Amino acid sequence: MEKTQRISITNLEKNFQEVERALTNQEALEESNRCLYCYDAPCIKACPTGIDIPTFIKKITTGNLLGSAKTIMTSNPVGASCARVCPTEELCEGACVLNHSTKPIMIGNLQRYATDWAIKNEQTLFDPGTPNGKSVAVVGGGPAGLSAARELAKFGYDVTIFEAAEKAGGLNTYGIVSFRLPQAISYWEVEQVEKLNVTIKTNTKVGKDVSVKHLLEKFDCIVLAVGMANVPSLGIEGEDLEGVYDAIEFVKETKSGRLSMDFVGKRAVVIGAGNTAIDGATSSIRLGAENVKILYRRTLEEMTAYDFEYEFAKQDGVEFRWLTVPKRIIGDDHGRVIGIECIKMNLGEPDADGRRRPIPIEGSEHVLPVEVIIKAIGQTRHLELIKGFGLQHESGVVQVNKETYQTSNPKIYACGDVVFGKGKGDAMVVTAAQQGKQAAYSIHKQFTAVETAQ
Amino acid sequence: MADLSTNLAGIKSPNPFWLASAPPTNSGYQVQRAFEAGWGGAVWKTLGDPILNVSSRFAAISFNGQRVAGFNNIELITDRPLEVNLKEIYETKKRFPNHAIIASLMMEPKQEKWHELVKRVEDVGVDGLELNFGCPHGMAERGMGSASGQVPALVERQTFWVKEVAKTPVIVKLTPNITDITATAEAACNGGADAISMINTINSLMGVDLDSWNTIPHVAGKGAHGGYCGPAVKPIALNMVAECARHANINVPISGIGGISNWQDAVEFMLMGATGVQICTAAMHHGFRIVEDMIEGLSHYLDGKGIKSVSEIIGKTLPRYSDWGNLDLNYNIVAKINTDVCINCNKCHIACEDTSHQCIDRVTDENGRSYLKVREEDCVGCNLCSIVCPVDGAIDMVEMANELPPMTWNERQSAMSLAAECKIDSNK
Repeated sequence: MEKTQRISITNLEKNFQEVERALTNQEALEESNRCLYCYDAPCIKACPTGIDIPTFIKKITTGNLLGSAKTIMTSNPVGASCARVCPTEELCEGACVLNHSTKPIMIGNLQRYATDWAIKNEQTLFDPGTPNGKSVAVVGGGPAGLSAARELAKFGYDVTIFEAAEKAGGLNTYGIVSFRLPQAISYWEVEQVEKLNVTIKTNTKVGKDVSVKHLLEKFDCIVLAVGMANVPSLGIEGEDLEGVYDAIEFVKETKSGRLSMDFVGKRAVVIGAGNTAIDGATSSIRLGAENVKILYRRTLEEMTAYDFEYEFAKQDGVEFRWLTVPKRIIGDDHGRVIGIECIKMNLGEPDADGRRRPIPIEGSEHVLPVEVIIKAIGQTRHLELIKGFGLQHESGVVQVNKETYQTSNPKIYACGDVVFGKGKGDAMVVTAAQQGKQAAYSIHKQFTAVETAQ
Repeated sequence: MADLSTNLAGIKSPNPFWLASAPPTNSGYQVQRAFEAGWGGAVWKTLGDPILNVSSRFAAISFNGQRVAGFNNIELITDRPLEVNLKEIYETKKRFPNHAIIASLMMEPKQEKWHELVKRVEDVGVDGLELNFGCPHGMAERGMGSASGQVPALVERQTFWVKEVAKTPVIVKLTPNITDITATAEAACNGGADAISMINTINSLMGVDLDSWNTIPHVAGKGAHGGYCGPAVKPIALNMVAECARHANINVPISGIGGISNWQDAVEFMLMGATGVQICTAAMHHGFRIVEDMIEGLSHYLDGKGIKSVSEIIGKTLPRYSDWGNLDLNYNIVAKINTDVCINCNKCHIACEDTSHQCIDRVTDENGRSYLKVREEDCVGCNLCSIVCPVDGAIDMVEMANELPPMTWNERQSAMSLAAECKIDSNK
């Protein structure tokens, strides 16, 4: 392989271009022809959205790329993003029967190939349904909300998405680093939904710009898909110092198109070891930070980041400090971060969620000299809004019927990260998309059942 | 090391691999390069009255991304003056006296013209002649190539004219564009041919461009049928060789041609009765150096089987090739799926379920894992499952014991007519 400089400190834009190379036409043809076209294929079952993978791959072999993209996007309204961010080796590619004979098909890359074609050729894949006179408000324009809106619009519902941010797409637009998922991909998926006559009201925060009461009165049904909120506070001294960042906000900033020059030559630590922590760490490196360490209170074993993300971070030069917890952030006279005091941990008995509880080792305190601290220890909940809707919840996790995604209010459905509880598998984009679909089907079932009864 | 040398009707060659008369044997430069690479012989690109060629001549078919599964050409015989070719044949033979050089010839069906051509060519020292009665395009429109090769009387007569003057062995190259190739093969024998070679190319249109709607290939927007060859034609060629080889009235050596790409293909042709083989498309696809593996692979194969000379394998499978009516109706095989090797792609299941005899069930074991199981009593032994299976060793076709003795359709028919006669007799 060509030996190129991985990170440039003079051209930061280059560092944030998509790292994974697209398949060439020839590669896609060869790879798609390698697919066995299994009957009742396990890859389909392994996909949370149930994409008919052998069918979309077969269509690549015949040059039917429009059909291929349709097959993908029919099952997964954010299939172009998922082609890039799904942990495929744990899903479709992990289930590929060729794991048992040669090597699995590059399903994710082929999915990207087909959807890239649709994006490049400005295809419109779906038509809106005949209006049925019913209206639905979707709160939150991320993967779950878009997915629900897309399905509802295809059924003929009059759908309005309320999106607090400037653009829809949620995590795909703002939360996943652009060198993994360029914003253009997310925008295209949003546009596909808009083309179904879905109204997207951006810069509109429910509970602030528009009231909950208004939604409840004006719409026949509501889909709550607001995801999660900011990173919680560490609860230690010095958190307000200049140089302390919220990972979600930090990643969002790198996707704003204005890359900060403030990180060049700096030393940074990221607290936490989930996928967002990895994003925070690799983004820091790509902004020119001289040294980046991930601090995690547990070990590699308990880390929630995907293996491929961990490998990617190591290749970027990110260091990992296991069993390390911050105690205090140290600032200078100007209120700027100059260091972080940490303490080493030991693992004790398993917690309620099955992970071993870290216990501090007395006297192991030490100070790491750093100028940047990025907090990535999970996300808080939109508690106020959930309360505003009057929904049953457990510490901000909206409680739903697991099959219908109906909340305690029969008129309100919830899907995506807003219903994602701790320790119940991965909070994947693809899962959110599937839940959005299911919520839409439940709503449709509810209305059609009523009509049939009349 | 086994002896690879062959002797086809007196034409000796250090190995059975010849280049067929085609673009690879167009010039002395090419044939000499081929001999340096190890080819045992070369049939020089067809000599005759020099012709004009068109531009855009070849096309190939890709299958599932595999290039050159089949190949087609609309190039004609040599477009170089006869004197130039003869000079280069002379020089090449002088440099490579132990390699076989056969001149392919084509001429309008006139006795004196054939006589003249044969004399001129033999004067420069070729090892044999091959009469091109097979080229299906272009020259056929002028009454030559397959146009004469499709008429047994013309094949016989022209072979006879050549034999009137030829001093070297005469091979007649046959066209497959005919219902029964044994008819023309027999005609060649009747005309005195010392050997026959087959198959020449099959009439073909390679494709149509989906955007321009032009044929593939096209010459300034117009197409004409070409000659088809390459790996895809091998089974057709193999059958034609075998049918001629087992024919009672065809008793001359056969040079096998048609889709031979490697030593394994060559062994198959020889087992079915070919004395040697001719190759073109594989060389055009990969260059002359592929012959190295052909020679080595064949040699290792023979050594592994303890066979001293390649000529020992000629026709060894012929006694096992017959008519359908001589096949045992009581022979019974069934599919066995080796679940430890199976990767559960379910291709065999759906192939059987949709398109064959519905005897592969998807079942679940006590651990909830699904696996595939053949209902042997319903399996007809069609092989389809093992054909579509992507994993070697996952499906075996296994012979089942049958208490009934072997019986062919022909035996059954004669037994029945015998029984009928007896009945008539007993009714008398």
